[in-house]
Amino acid sequence: MEIIMIIAVGVIFSVATYMLLTKSLLRVILGVMLLSHGAHLLFLTMSGLKQGAPPLLGEEAASYSDPLPQALILTAIVISFGVTAFLLVLAYRTYKVHQTDDLEKLRGTADE
Amino acid sequence: MNNLVILPILIPFLMGVILIFTNKRLSVSRTISVLTALAMLASASYLTYVVYTDGIMALELGNWEAPFGIVLVGDLLSSSLVAVSSLLAVSTLFFIFQTFDEEREKAYFYPFFFFLMTGVNGSFLTGDLFNLFVFFEVMLLSSFILISMGGKKSQLSESLKYVIINTVSSLVFIIGIAYLYAVTGTLNMADLSVKVAELGQEGVLNVIALVFLFIFGVKSALFPLYYWLPKSYVEPPTAIAALFGGLLTKVGVYTILRTYTLIFNQSSEIYFILIVLGGLTMFIGVLGAVSQFDFKRILSVHIVSQVGYMIMGIGINSTIAIAGVFYFLIHNIIVKSALFFFAGATEKVTGTSHLKKMSGLLKTHPYLGWTFFIAAISLAGIPPLSGFVGKFILIVAGFMEGNYFVIAVSLATGLLTLFSMMKIFMTSFWGEVKLPKPEAENVKVGSLIAPIVPLLIFTIVLGVAAEPFYQFSLELAEQIINPEHYVNSVLKE
Repeated sequence: MEIIMIIAVGVIFSVATYMLLTKSLLRVILGVMLLSHGAHLLFLTMSGLKQGAPPLLGEEAASYSDPLPQALILTAIVISFGVTAFLLVLAYRTYKVHQTDDLEKLRGTADE
Repeated sequence: MNNLVILPILIPFLMGVILIFTNKRLSVSRTISVLTALAMLASASYLTYVVYTDGIMALELGNWEAPFGIVLVGDLLSSSLVAVSSLLAVSTLFFIFQTFDEEREKAYFYPFFFFLMTGVNGSFLTGDLFNLFVFFEVMLLSSFILISMGGKKSQLSESLKYVIINTVSSLVFIIGIAYLYAVTGTLNMADLSVKVAELGQEGVLNVIALVFLFIFGVKSALFPLYYWLPKSYVEPPTAIAALFGGLLTKVGVYTILRTYTLIFNQSSEIYFILIVLGGLTMFIGVLGAVSQFDFKRILSVHIVSQVGYMIMGIGINSTIAIAGVFYFLIHNIIVKSALFFFAGATEKVTGTSHLKKMSGLLKTHPYLGWTFFIAAISLAGIPPLSGFVGKFILIVAGFMEGNYFVIAVSLATGLLTLFSMMKIFMTSFWGEVKLPKPEAENVKVGSLIAPIVPLLIFTIVLGVAAEPFYQFSLELAEQIINPEHYVNSVLKE
């Protein structure tokens, strides 16, 4: 199971990297989003995958999953949601002002 | 008593929330902001005093015992950095009152200013790696908003790059945390220190250490990851650039210092990499500054070069070197922001930040010129100011450990720093009076200089009274170089 997850994470990372390197602004943002999903999946896999064991430790429990990574991933998801929302607004505003979403044309500053 | 540690985080956070509601009433917002910043300064100074007399202070949040819950740790390094950044916050606020227009102040500026301070203070004080990530995000999201606020054309495209680069490095931070958790099963920094020492820092742990070096390298603008910094710090208003230049990269340096002395302190190869990166960063940074002719851009490229000195000190890794890093860190937070304030003041007077468009400011505004001169030679490292002492300690430490080549590089960098600072002074302040606007001669600069004066006094005191401050730094470095102190007070063994 871990192997499949790791391969999935690898595919997500490579797609995300490809997207980050493209010229279109929207694709870059999609790349950032994909990268965040990949990171969260990696975190889940790294802490060990278990079937049929809830993240609860009762007195009778024979086995349990580690609840900490899940809590951490939840926090990370919320943060990346907020950052993505801000990033989309900023990108839209940049597009409005510059009339382009081509990163090649967004290079350099006014006085250069 | 231990609850004192959380005050520098809690005060700006709560007051930031209140400031959202008083946003439309400017005078109320300003009063609350100043009081909040002063309260932050007072609590941080008191924290430093208590830590100095009673030793390291650890607070277990929600009473969850140390390796399981989140801890906040105030040791000498973190508490004194919080105190200095609060001092900077006070100065910045007064400078903002002078230079900002009302429209910008009403765009929820003050709440985000204090959320930024929450993130900065939190990053200094936390003792948990994931919590550090969260405080980083608090700090970065506020900085994203402050840097893009106003929405000029060039500002938008630069802040977009800033946001994307920082977001990607934060995501790599999650990846690094995931690896570290998989190997050690803990994220508490003190516990990590013990676990890494038990496992021996080899193989995968060295790889993880380098992943972390990448993350913190982006945040602190190390070579070759610094290219985002100079442009994005030029675009926002100078007061914001001063705050960012003074604090944000220094948070990155602080995390490098913390991680590579507390957690990954076993491998000499990593320290060698740090020395090489430090040397490259300072030299290439200063070359960038020599070739520029824009006041703000020279200063922002200099941030990169100064970060190099600190990374070099961390790489040398002896008690004296760490003391030097701390001295230099404090000096740099203060002087770098002061110089940015001067850039803002001259821009306010002349309406431009391009050096060749103005000259002879010394004749029309002598006070501005001479106070700038103090800050400039302090940055370049002329005795008796603080920059000299900081560099001197670092260089002595380098000689003692036998790192002669990097010392030579740092001395050459110091010379070029002096050159680029004098370039500003000679082109803009000396010479015939030539100002882009004729009415610039009558602009009053008293109220612009007033917020900078405390910072200048601080750099003079730090330079003249070097002995007591150096003793303090040595004591601090002793705490840093022996992680047992930190570990024992967190894990209560």
